[in-house]
Amino acid sequence: MAPIQPMDDDREPRRRAKAIRYAVPVAAAGVAAATIGLVPALASVGSPDLPKITAEELIAKVAASDTQTISGSVRISTDFGLPALLTGATGAGGPFGGGGGGGRGDSSADPKEQLTELLAGSHTLRVAADGPQRQKVSIVRNAAEYSLIHNGDEVWAYDSGSNQAYHLTGLPQEAQGKDGAKGGHEVPEGWPATPQEAAKKILDAADDSSTVTVDGTARIAGRDAYQLVVTPKATDSTVGSIRIGVDAGTGVPLKFTLAPRGGGKAIVDVAFTKVDFSRPAASTFDFTPPKGAEVTTEKAGEKAGEKADAKAEREAREEFGDLGGPDALEGLDVLGKGWDSIAELKLPPEALNESPSKGGEKAPGLGGQGLLGTFGKEVKGDFGTGTVVSTRLVNALITDSGKVYVGTVTQDALIKAADAAAR
Amino acid sequence: MSQADTLTRSVWPIRSLGLFRSELVTVLRRWRTLALLAVLAGVPVLIGIAVRIETGDGGSAGGGGGGGPAFVALITNNGLFLVFASLAATLPFFLPMAIGVVAGDAVAGEANAGTLRYLLVAPAGRTRLLVSKYASVLAFCLIGTLVVAVSALVTGALLFPLGDVTLLSGTTVPFSEGLLRALLVALVVAASLTGIAALGLFISTLTNSGIAAMATTVGLLITVQIVDTIPQLHAVQPYLFPHYWLSFADLVRDPVYWDEMRSNFQLQALYVAVFGSAAWARFTTRDILA
Repeated sequence: MAPIQPMDDDREPRRRAKAIRYAVPVAAAGVAAATIGLVPALASVGSPDLPKITAEELIAKVAASDTQTISGSVRISTDFGLPALLTGATGAGGPFGGGGGGGRGDSSADPKEQLTELLAGSHTLRVAADGPQRQKVSIVRNAAEYSLIHNGDEVWAYDSGSNQAYHLTGLPQEAQGKDGAKGGHEVPEGWPATPQEAAKKILDAADDSSTVTVDGTARIAGRDAYQLVVTPKATDSTVGSIRIGVDAGTGVPLKFTLAPRGGGKAIVDVAFTKVDFSRPAASTFDFTPPKGAEVTTEKAGEKAGEKADAKAEREAREEFGDLGGPDALEGLDVLGKGWDSIAELKLPPEALNESPSKGGEKAPGLGGQGLLGTFGKEVKGDFGTGTVVSTRLVNALITDSGKVYVGTVTQDALIKAADAAAR
Repeated sequence: MSQADTLTRSVWPIRSLGLFRSELVTVLRRWRTLALLAVLAGVPVLIGIAVRIETGDGGSAGGGGGGGPAFVALITNNGLFLVFASLAATLPFFLPMAIGVVAGDAVAGEANAGTLRYLLVAPAGRTRLLVSKYASVLAFCLIGTLVVAVSALVTGALLFPLGDVTLLSGTTVPFSEGLLRALLVALVVAASLTGIAALGLFISTLTNSGIAAMATTVGLLITVQIVDTIPQLHAVQPYLFPHYWLSFADLVRDPVYWDEMRSNFQLQALYVAVFGSAAWARFTTRDILA
């Protein structure tokens, strides 16, 4: 018969036995704490032993990469230091939602409205691609997902959180071609014929503005990778360095980190956490809207252009970042070149005087001094007075005379540029 | 080793099974357990009817803005989503509350009623008794989850169309695979509750009052759930047992996203190890006076 009380009456051994038993949960907690502390530290250690390679060879490798099929998970963290006013409004009618309450921005599955959320915070994306014709990107959310599926001449977007779908049909052939950037090697006109040539061209172009080096190796998503580092030579730039992790086997960029000059957390950090180069199942790219879903259908037209822009922008962020600077914009002056370039544009006079509360006008950036004042700060210079709106990457100076200076440069550089222009 | 010892050893598994069975039957025979299960079964019916009424005129659930609880907007597509929606609705409070009541009562309730010492007179040993108690609480986790899931499936089948299932990622799978995923989700939800079951059992060994143990367990659950929602406390949140509970939704993606579910299982295993062994240390060394 088992004794009701645990042990004999002798007090001392009992107390010791008790202590030993209580040591078990303490040990379990200790082991867990040690594991939590050590495992991430161990996981980030280890730079694989890869043959040495020059920056030119590495860029050539990227350009020569013919990887068409890829799938995996991507972690994207962005910290632009945008005013909370802008990033808080990522729902319907967000800052980039265009038409505000207008007619066609109604579907909340519209990619324009959904992708802005990537501008702040951390998100997990799941990507799959099979050649230039079929790609899929999903934003993983709590118990929901927002998927963008491109298959042939149509694009579906499906938001399972609100059960709404968006359908874009009749994509023209050439737009499809350009959409295929995920595959990594759609060739625009004027592009050098061989990867080696391309690498040389890129390096030559970058030579007077940046230093491009290969900075060792790393393990990214369980794969061996080289690290390509682009450091701007310009001292006024807010960009500290751009670090691209390139898969040693396939030449596919796996990680992109944009670090600010001032140090601190990366402004943009995009990295595969899992990657697989085998062909994704064909069913991945099939989408049939479920019975109860609300579907918004649109024909490609002017819309397709916008869509391609959004996509191109995302691709650029995912793959390389914009090395070219703001020279793509038309109808404005670009002061300086390379990393230090500052875009100068003139606001139409009414833009500044307009009342911010005017109905339907939701774009907060140019809504007038009253609104600007809430997240900008006033500065004075030879040019007069103006307001500086600053983020961690892009700074903008809006002068009272209606000129805007924007660039990835420090505030001082903006003021200097404005002073020089005023003289 | 005496002959009696070897004899006891060899019948250990059978005896334990018997002990476990009698524990489970005792738990399931209590009126309060049946009432808890009835409440759990009622939640899916309530959600189903509410969604049905709201969408009866062709509108969409959740206001179309992506608001509302998880999965609710998808129930009109397919009744199977009522299973996921109901589990998502009951997992934060209803289910763990029921577990807290059963686990908190497990030891303290016996002590309170003065039956614990009689249990210990039986030649079972304290460790074995505790293991049987914990096993019966775990069985209740599974039963509670399955009650919610089955009730939701029946309600969903009656009120909404069934058919091919469009997963969260937009991929369509046949109904049979959807059903399989629903079963997996139920198992994952049951496994998510093992942490609070161990916590409840530990608290139950601390006191002689069943009510106190239940109230402490449920109170702790509510506190932890609130802490889990305060953004300033994000540093501790990954170590709170409910933090990854809703990760079961990742089973409804295509391909299945395992990362958070793995974290969930690791966390639950940690809670089971720490509080299970703490309960064992306490129960095997304490003086049983009642």
